[in-house]
Amino acid sequence: MTPEELRQRLDPIVGREGAPQHAPDPVNEPMIRHWCEAVGDLNPAYLDDDFAAASLHGGRVAPPAMLQAWGMPGLRPRGEIRSGPMGEVLALLDAAGYTSVVATNCRQEYARYLRPGDRLNVTAQVRSVSDEKKTALGVGRFVDQLMIYRDIGGEEVARMEFRILKFRPPARATAEAGTGRPRPRPARSRDNAFFWEGVDERRLLIQRCDGCGRLRHPPGPMCPDCHGFDWEAQEASGRGRVYSFVVAHHPPIPPFDYPNLIALVELEEGTRIVSNLIGVSPDDVAIDMPVEVVFTQVDPDLVLPLFRPIPGR
Amino acid sequence: MKSDRSEIGDRAAIAGIGQTEFSKDSGRSELRLALEAISAALDDAGLRPEDVDGMATFTMDNNPEIEINRYLGGGDLKFFSRTHYGGGAACAPILHAAMAVATGVCDVVVCYRAMNERSQQRFGAGVQGRPPMPVPEVVHFGWHSPYGLLTPASWVAMNARRAMHEYGITSEDFGRISVADRKHAATNPKAWFFEKPITLEDHQRSRWIVEPLRLLDCCQESDGAVAVVVTSLERARDLRSPPVRIAAAAQGATTDQQMMTRYYSEDILGLPEMGLVARQLYQTAGVGPGDVATAIFYDHFTPFVLTQIEEFGFCGRGEAKDFIKGGNIELGGGLPINPHGGQLGEAYIHGMNGIAEGVRQVRGTAVNQVEGAEHVIVTAGTGVPTSGLILGVG
Ligand SMILES: [Zn+2]
Repeated sequence: MTPEELRQRLDPIVGREGAPQHAPDPVNEPMIRHWCEAVGDLNPAYLDDDFAAASLHGGRVAPPAMLQAWGMPGLRPRGEIRSGPMGEVLALLDAAGYTSVVATNCRQEYARYLRPGDRLNVTAQVRSVSDEKKTALGVGRFVDQLMIYRDIGGEEVARMEFRILKFRPPARATAEAGTGRPRPRPARSRDNAFFWEGVDERRLLIQRCDGCGRLRHPPGPMCPDCHGFDWEAQEASGRGRVYSFVVAHHPPIPPFDYPNLIALVELEEGTRIVSNLIGVSPDDVAIDMPVEVVFTQVDPDLVLPLFRPIPGR
Repeated sequence: MKSDRSEIGDRAAIAGIGQTEFSKDSGRSELRLALEAISAALDDAGLRPEDVDGMATFTMDNNPEIEINRYLGGGDLKFFSRTHYGGGAACAPILHAAMAVATGVCDVVVCYRAMNERSQQRFGAGVQGRPPMPVPEVVHFGWHSPYGLLTPASWVAMNARRAMHEYGITSEDFGRISVADRKHAATNPKAWFFEKPITLEDHQRSRWIVEPLRLLDCCQESDGAVAVVVTSLERARDLRSPPVRIAAAAQGATTDQQMMTRYYSEDILGLPEMGLVARQLYQTAGVGPGDVATAIFYDHFTPFVLTQIEEFGFCGRGEAKDFIKGGNIELGGGLPINPHGGQLGEAYIHGMNGIAEGVRQVRGTAVNQVEGAEHVIVTAGTGVPTSGLILGVG
């Protein structure tokens, strides 16, 4: 769908008033109490019969800001919401790839207080759909909606202008949207598989040349000293010292927590390895600090050899 | 000791340079930026597109030679080469071009780098979403990525922290590099940070990116393109602009080379590949540090500028922190560096804008001209296999 085609299909919907939708429940005291407790507004005019009766309201009223709650269709909407002008606009924008939504502005005007027993209906119209805009969330279109709340006598009791952004999520944001985006996976090759298989078994291995005994990390297929291809894996003690370290702040990259403490650890055997330091605050890390490996299940299918300060040292 | 001198010195020249404006959002394709810079460079040289028969660039450039040539209306291409390793490539296309014209493989080589690095693909965002394929570069990346060591700033910060520990370098010492670059950019109208100098206090107040690096230790991210025309020294002498002699050009990678993560060598403080480049350049050009009036040192992050000063022999190991004090690397100092403002101040065009500045300094046409710039050093990316040039008066 080109932007022109989308605009042609949106135009007849914009400005059309939808059929009135009846609020599922009358204005009622239990919902008022739940709302007041949730938002922490304990005004006795909403909650206390005696206080309210003696007040200028002459009885309990609903918090005006609760307006939207009365028109909400519930968790399992009965179908009207995706029909009507707003439903048609949302469906068109979804089809055009603007699949994500965020509310950006809400403005309410109240004609009178609502009281328990009021039965409301809501009519909605889409007042405008913007051209495509670049936003921090991605490219999208702003949709301005006007909802008018009337009582059973047809008198307007409140209106609400509601603005949302329907946007196209950037590819990266989509991947992050799921909880628990995994850490980047180390690539396993025929040259380094032994190391990661060792880690899976909670053993820290170092490659040792059969020809000259040189230890090497990162491991590789050939010895740069004696040029031999044969090697074995030697298990490391798991102890070492901080050779250098950094504290990453920016940019934050999921799933890492920031500040992220990353160290270059020199093992007792002499090879070095990069890892995270855990159990220590960045301010307390120092070069040469003794550390030991702690195998950590960072994701359901990934164990990493992390390091922590050696207790009592 | 084995000689590091090569036969490439004085065989070829830079006959033209061209560039686009440097911005944060060019609003144009990278292909168009490349073509604009190349057209300007050819015009500077007084050459026509059909004179071009060679091209050289970075593997990281998104514009294939054949795409460039098709729209440029260039001649038949007899030579095209690309150099790997990010910004370490910067001076290598000039070396390759010089070798190609010196051996008669071709006559006119266009070297280019065009990127919408800020508006299209930010390197600073870090490497994300790379599938764990069992190929060597990805395997190597896998020693660091599971821990969140994903960005260029973080890779450099690891070496920088150890250097601070060993040599007593402070964050303020890093800041002096930034202050010098921004001072120079402040009087360069083409620089993004024109008329925006900073103080050491500004540097110290800037936020952490990856400790021990602050925001003002990190170069900009930029959109733009730079092109350089290389031909033989003889032919260049007959062209429109004064030729700039390629007195020496070299690449370097050492036996234990790593890509941004020299963490596993016995010594992680130096830049031995840059030392290798420096030795080749000095011996090939037949000059030493005392003959160099100004140097364009690759400055993606401030710590490795200190290291380059040492690797090029302007002071001893660990002494750069003292060498740079008192404005010694600023205009009017003993060794003004990056008179255009560098990548911290002018723009980050992967080192190619530094080559253009080297040419202007030798021609005597730079906006911040250094007196007696008969020999100018230009370097490429640090912490990676790298390259360098000594440019001289043609
Ligand atoms: Zn061996």
